[in-house]
Amino acid sequence: MRLISQIGEWFDHRLQLAAPIRETVEHRVPRNTASWFYVFGSAALTVFILQIVTGILLAMVYVPSAAEAWTSLQALNHDVALGWFIRALHGWGSNFMVAIVLIHMVQVFLFGAYKFPRELTWIIGVFLLLMTLGMAFSGQVLRFDQDAYWGLGIGASIASRVPIIGPAAVKLMLGGPIIAGATLSRFFALHVFVIPGMLIGFVCLHLLMVLKLGINEWPMPGRLVKKATYDAEYHELTKKDGAPFVPYAVWKDMFFAAFILLAIAACAMYFGPFGPTGRPDPTIIQTAPKPDYFFLWLYALLSLLPPSMETPALLIGPVIAIFVLILLPFLSGEGEKSWRRRPIAVLTIMLIAIVLGTLTHLSGYTPWSPHMNAWSGDPVPDKFLRDTTALQRQGALVFQGKQCRNCHALGDLGGQRGPALDSVATRLTEDQLIRQVIQGGGNMPAYGKNLSPAETTALVAFLETLHPRTQAPARDAARDMVLGVEQDRRQDSQR
Amino acid sequence: MTNENSISRRGLFMKLGILFNGLVATAIAVPIVRYMLASVMRGRTNSYLDWVPLGSVNEFPEGETRLATFRNPNVMPTDGKTVDTACWVRRVEGDQFQVFAINCAHLGCPVRWFPQSGLFMCPCHGGAYYRDGSRASGPPERGLFEYPYKVQKGLVTIQAGELPTPGAPTAALEGKKPRCA
Repeated sequence: MRLISQIGEWFDHRLQLAAPIRETVEHRVPRNTASWFYVFGSAALTVFILQIVTGILLAMVYVPSAAEAWTSLQALNHDVALGWFIRALHGWGSNFMVAIVLIHMVQVFLFGAYKFPRELTWIIGVFLLLMTLGMAFSGQVLRFDQDAYWGLGIGASIASRVPIIGPAAVKLMLGGPIIAGATLSRFFALHVFVIPGMLIGFVCLHLLMVLKLGINEWPMPGRLVKKATYDAEYHELTKKDGAPFVPYAVWKDMFFAAFILLAIAACAMYFGPFGPTGRPDPTIIQTAPKPDYFFLWLYALLSLLPPSMETPALLIGPVIAIFVLILLPFLSGEGEKSWRRRPIAVLTIMLIAIVLGTLTHLSGYTPWSPHMNAWSGDPVPDKFLRDTTALQRQGALVFQGKQCRNCHALGDLGGQRGPALDSVATRLTEDQLIRQVIQGGGNMPAYGKNLSPAETTALVAFLETLHPRTQAPARDAARDMVLGVEQDRRQDSQR
Repeated sequence: MTNENSISRRGLFMKLGILFNGLVATAIAVPIVRYMLASVMRGRTNSYLDWVPLGSVNEFPEGETRLATFRNPNVMPTDGKTVDTACWVRRVEGDQFQVFAINCAHLGCPVRWFPQSGLFMCPCHGGAYYRDGSRASGPPERGLFEYPYKVQKGLVTIQAGELPTPGAPTAALEGKKPRCA
């Protein structure tokens, strides 16, 4: 025992770190901050450390070459002992990290922790969020599979839309004229050296400021932040109603961090690693690439925005969002901290959560994409063919053969790009159906050049049968006037 | 003998030291920046583009659209399969062709040709194009990108070498405006 303390003293005489470390761990924090709401920052740090460790382990096997990356990931999954588990830890760690960073940010926002004097801590936090997202995207690229390849194409298409420097930005991003070996190498450098280096530096600054300025006290409704008096009030609070960080508050951080690590390990064990999906071979075009879950909302947004809005939204939207986040502590650096008296803050969070949640949910079944195999895979349900004439059945064949089904559902099967046609005859008259088929419009291609008159007649005859038994098909009142109702009725009875 | 206007020997040396470091840093920065912008500088002269063969004219029946693949003119040893690219070749009639990039003009996903309905459809965000490459529906703001082509000695060749992107259709990849439907 004496030997250990002697060795300790020998080191401390040279390093002189014992006193500052003791001071740091025992610094007084307001008692009410020892709360389960205050554990997300330390959890994010824990996951970050897990990512560094597992990342280094993966780099020992991974080959950052477009020719071999995919094969080296297969080797990790199947040949290297527990390689699949390390990959799964790293993949699930990244999902958890994005989620925890976002939750941490929401908590900081709702607790008013970004207000004076912690403005810079918040701003650095915004940069940490951006870097975390940068890690998530570049990490997806390193999983060099079909999704990664086409995801890069999407990234390049977005970058190319920047005015003036767009084309140069694309070549800078890809490291050449196409997505190839140089692209992967450069994303490897970003993912492994550049962004992690910056992350470590910014995390240290972030932590240093938390220590220097003290953890945000539990917000009390009515206790307003004033620049002139805040520092003295906070000092008074930690003196009167404070407790040393270790052990008073730290145990909750430790429990939560351990719980998160356990959750990541459990997901990794149970669900396994992410991909890689198909080989990154651009000549295989039977693929529908999708981003990882934290960018799914963006994928949905890009499908749903009107074409003319897209470029401005893509290029200006992120700039405004980052600008607002950085300006936030300067716009409301003082005043009320408690979420109980900040209804707009609460509503903003709810609105953002609902929007992101809805877009992510939509991306799960992509109603905007044609179902490429519906025309050959989903037959017309029997009930739509009962009691039909030969012409109408011929129309049903045209309906399938011309791939209308890829975009239009019948009996809940088929694409959702266009409206379901189960009762289209009640919405459009015969003339309107013909016009819509031939000329398209409202986001439907025109089929005039692709359908013979006979095919159009048959198709519309089939579409005219698509109405509930109890509801008559739509009819053009003006036509009744001109041609006479009687004549139309006679035609109906002939059918 | 020091007053406020004079400069001490040490102060002068420190300033000279800063100046010296600045000069050296600039000298080193020039090749570093040049190295980092290598791919951009080369692209400005269109030197990535070259003519590549797609196959014999007879492989493409008249009035039909077929998938063809070609190898990018610039190949690095670490590129693997990524330098092989697909494209859609439409033989209108005789020696008249249209060669479309595989990349959707919206965000670059691979479009698929459906001869039955005469449409190219994109699996990502639902873009669709007519057989002549003009926009039919969905988020794309323009028609498919087209490669310039030549027919020489019964061989179809295209000028390729750059990823076509909506903001930067290279000089060679001028697409047509959508025709009036």
